[in-house]
Amino acid sequence: MAKEKKGVKLEHISKIYKDPKTGKEFYAVKDTSLTIEPGTFVTLLGPSGCGKTTTLRMIAGFESPDEGEIYLGDEAINELTPNKRDTAMVFQSYALLPHYNVFDNVAYGLKLRKLPADEIKEKVLNILKLVKLEGMESRMTNQLSGGQQQRVALARALVIEPSVLLFDEPLSNLDAKLRVDMRTEIRRIQQEVGITAIYVTHDQSEAMALSDNIIIMNKGVVAQMGSPKEIYYHPVDKFVADFIGEANFLEGKYLKDEKEHALLEIEGNEYPVVKGKNMKIGETYTVVLRPEAAILADEGGLPCKVVLSCFMGSYQNYHVMVGNTLVKLQEFNPKHKKIYEVGDKCHLVFDPESVHVL
Amino acid sequence: MAKGQGAALDRKKLMADPIMITTICVLVAFLTLFILYPLAILLVDSFVGDGGFGFSVFKRIFAMPNFTKAISNTLKVGFVVGIGSVLIGLLFAYVEVYVEMNKFVGGLFKVVSLLPVVSPPFVLSLSMIMLFGKSGIITRFLLGIYDNSVYGFWGIAIVQTLTFFPVCYMMLKGLLKNIDPSLEEAARDMGASRMKVFTSVTFPLLLPGLGNAFLVTFIESIADFANPMIIGGSYDTLATTIYLQITGAYDKSGAAAMAVVLLCITLLMFMVQKYYLEAKTAATLTGKASRARMYITDRSVKIPLTILCSVMAAFVILMYICVPIGSFFPTWGYKFFPLTGKWFKQVFTRYHGFKAFKDSFVLSFIASPITALLSMIISYLVVKRKFKAKGFIEAVSMLAMAVPGTVLGVGFIRGFAGGIFHTGFLQGIYGTGTLLIIVFIVRSLPTGTRSGISALRQIDKSIEESAYDMGADSFKVFMTVTLPLIKDSFLSGLVTAFVRSITAISAIILLVTPQFLLITVQINEFAEKGAFSLACAFATILIIITYSAVVLMNIFIKYFGTSRKIKEDF
Repeated sequence: MAKEKKGVKLEHISKIYKDPKTGKEFYAVKDTSLTIEPGTFVTLLGPSGCGKTTTLRMIAGFESPDEGEIYLGDEAINELTPNKRDTAMVFQSYALLPHYNVFDNVAYGLKLRKLPADEIKEKVLNILKLVKLEGMESRMTNQLSGGQQQRVALARALVIEPSVLLFDEPLSNLDAKLRVDMRTEIRRIQQEVGITAIYVTHDQSEAMALSDNIIIMNKGVVAQMGSPKEIYYHPVDKFVADFIGEANFLEGKYLKDEKEHALLEIEGNEYPVVKGKNMKIGETYTVVLRPEAAILADEGGLPCKVVLSCFMGSYQNYHVMVGNTLVKLQEFNPKHKKIYEVGDKCHLVFDPESVHVL
Repeated sequence: MAKGQGAALDRKKLMADPIMITTICVLVAFLTLFILYPLAILLVDSFVGDGGFGFSVFKRIFAMPNFTKAISNTLKVGFVVGIGSVLIGLLFAYVEVYVEMNKFVGGLFKVVSLLPVVSPPFVLSLSMIMLFGKSGIITRFLLGIYDNSVYGFWGIAIVQTLTFFPVCYMMLKGLLKNIDPSLEEAARDMGASRMKVFTSVTFPLLLPGLGNAFLVTFIESIADFANPMIIGGSYDTLATTIYLQITGAYDKSGAAAMAVVLLCITLLMFMVQKYYLEAKTAATLTGKASRARMYITDRSVKIPLTILCSVMAAFVILMYICVPIGSFFPTWGYKFFPLTGKWFKQVFTRYHGFKAFKDSFVLSFIASPITALLSMIISYLVVKRKFKAKGFIEAVSMLAMAVPGTVLGVGFIRGFAGGIFHTGFLQGIYGTGTLLIIVFIVRSLPTGTRSGISALRQIDKSIEESAYDMGADSFKVFMTVTLPLIKDSFLSGLVTAFVRSITAISAIILLVTPQFLLITVQINEFAEKGAFSLACAFATILIIITYSAVVLMNIFIKYFGTSRKIKEDF
């Protein structure tokens, strides 16, 4: 597609809703500013009610922001209706037109643009090839599987060659296995077309697999924006750490420096961790420890007691108490490793570099 | 917090859609002019009618003994009819949903539920007189009673009950089907008898629904004009009193005040029904039945209930059949054989039958597509769009449901006979076919809107949003997505509007001018004169027309309705 790629910019966007029960107004989205670079795949990730869908619907034009301005490329689009915006949305419920067949569904947007019939046909067939639905043109949409319906929805959005493609939890109605296949497909197609894509989901693995950048939202505000790696390894706060993957939080007082590491007192024991920015001696810090980043050993590290030990196939699942803190661990490939049983006393060992200090 | 910008942007987006704006303006104007204004003028008339503002008109009408009598008559009839219809409707619904039935009984039930839809409103009054009146077949020839009078309270009550109970039956059937069988099974499992289950589980769950059905029937009963007119005799109800006040006594301000009283009663009932009971019904019966209900197969329950219902259903059907049969007897009540077609011949040769059918048909035929389209547009706007005037449009189109035809008729006379606010503006519309068509539209609009709204609520909002997002404007979305998806609802709305219009009488009888001959008015006239055979002949042809319309609609939906295929998806 020869079309110029466009980015999306949100400047201090807010949306206020009224709680239907209490009649109180609240911010669904609050003072959110974002810049989405042209051609990138960005995911809005967050728990339900965090404002991610509202943000997407404001970009599409279904909702109007109460504060701020939205730009598509350099153009301010606040006043444009959805049909005048150069965006196309893939809906959670597919939202295919049930009285049309596959071809007519995909051709719908092109017909509205009054393209000549042979050009429409060519474009539709090309797009159907891209989403691997060749030969299905004359099927009615209810004769398709969920995955196929989602491909039609994607084709319909792609065929009008929008500047930005919007996805509203498009895979949440599919079963788990299909979901994994489809997200690979979506990523492949986005890369092939090179289109800017904004994707809303509450499924973190979907976000990880798809995105160049993830925007984590919580209670209407952006909690963190960054690449999947950045967000996983360097979460800015407890919410982000907890939301992306599993996280253990160990509290520790910063005693002194030990070589390039900071020595913390965690549950009465000293342990070196990677040094965070602006750390002050004497203050207490929270250490984020991922379950796969630590192992259990007979000695060294933090003494602990096993309270749960469960064989999960590819890993052994442990819950251990380090002093008064519960730590959850996953030891992968447990076949040839020592298995600790409930009640065993042992030691929690991790690399100082593999934790993150908040 | 300032919601200002969002609201302003929403408004701007709406303004960018000229077709939508025009539609909304036209709708608001139509509803204001033809529903709100006629009701408003009644209020004005009744407060300033006899010179000077005040309650003088009301004082005057409440001093009339026949008016106060009519109020108590109307309420009495409404109450009895409401109770009777709910009980019979509940019996039928219970038997249908809970008891194993054979095909024949099921067929009887279906016919009973369809009959009131396709027949003109006063058919049962005719057959009641013909079966049980002074020269009724049953009273006079089978029982040898020569002086039985069907006119009066019991006549109205029985006829209305038989006319309206199918409505209750259909409403309650829907509710009973929504009761999760596992609730009742749990009670049975706990040791409750079937009777106990009904009184302690089913009945309490159903109670708001029963109240709802009662009020719906009550409103129908007190708004009914045709039956009290034909079978009421000297027993006047509000609707007939108002009619007589305006056609007999030429007391227009009195009639207006009476209409206001009637309207207040129905509005009050309607508010209770709509905003209190309907919400309650929805709250108790939201659950979808998790699986099929075990039918009662116990013969000691099944046989008596089935027989009781079948006999009643057969009786109702007999009453309807009586009208077409009656039109073939040479002289009703004296000479039954040989059967003759002379009444039909007279209808067309002596009584301008052809013109009557043509006028009724043409007016209804013009009104019904407009009604159907309008109600679909209103439903679309109400369900799918948000804008300022939405509340107004929804409220007024629902309000029309609570307005009795007679009230609307008086309102139109007062509102348009002398032009808008008696200024002479738009006076030309009075007495024309256009005004009759508008009355037809206003009378059928609420039913169509209601069915359109429920059809649209079942369609995922994102389907229309996706079309909008693809670049379609509101008009395109409505034409290419909404309307095709509710085609069935549109078609049935079309036919319902047609049937309702061609069988309408209450408002139209006040407004029709000699220029137009309407079938229902003719039937009413002949029945009044005691020319029952002629009335029957007219009614028979009318039933044939309405029934054919319904059959045509079903064929249409079967072959051209897309919605059925699609419905499985939702």
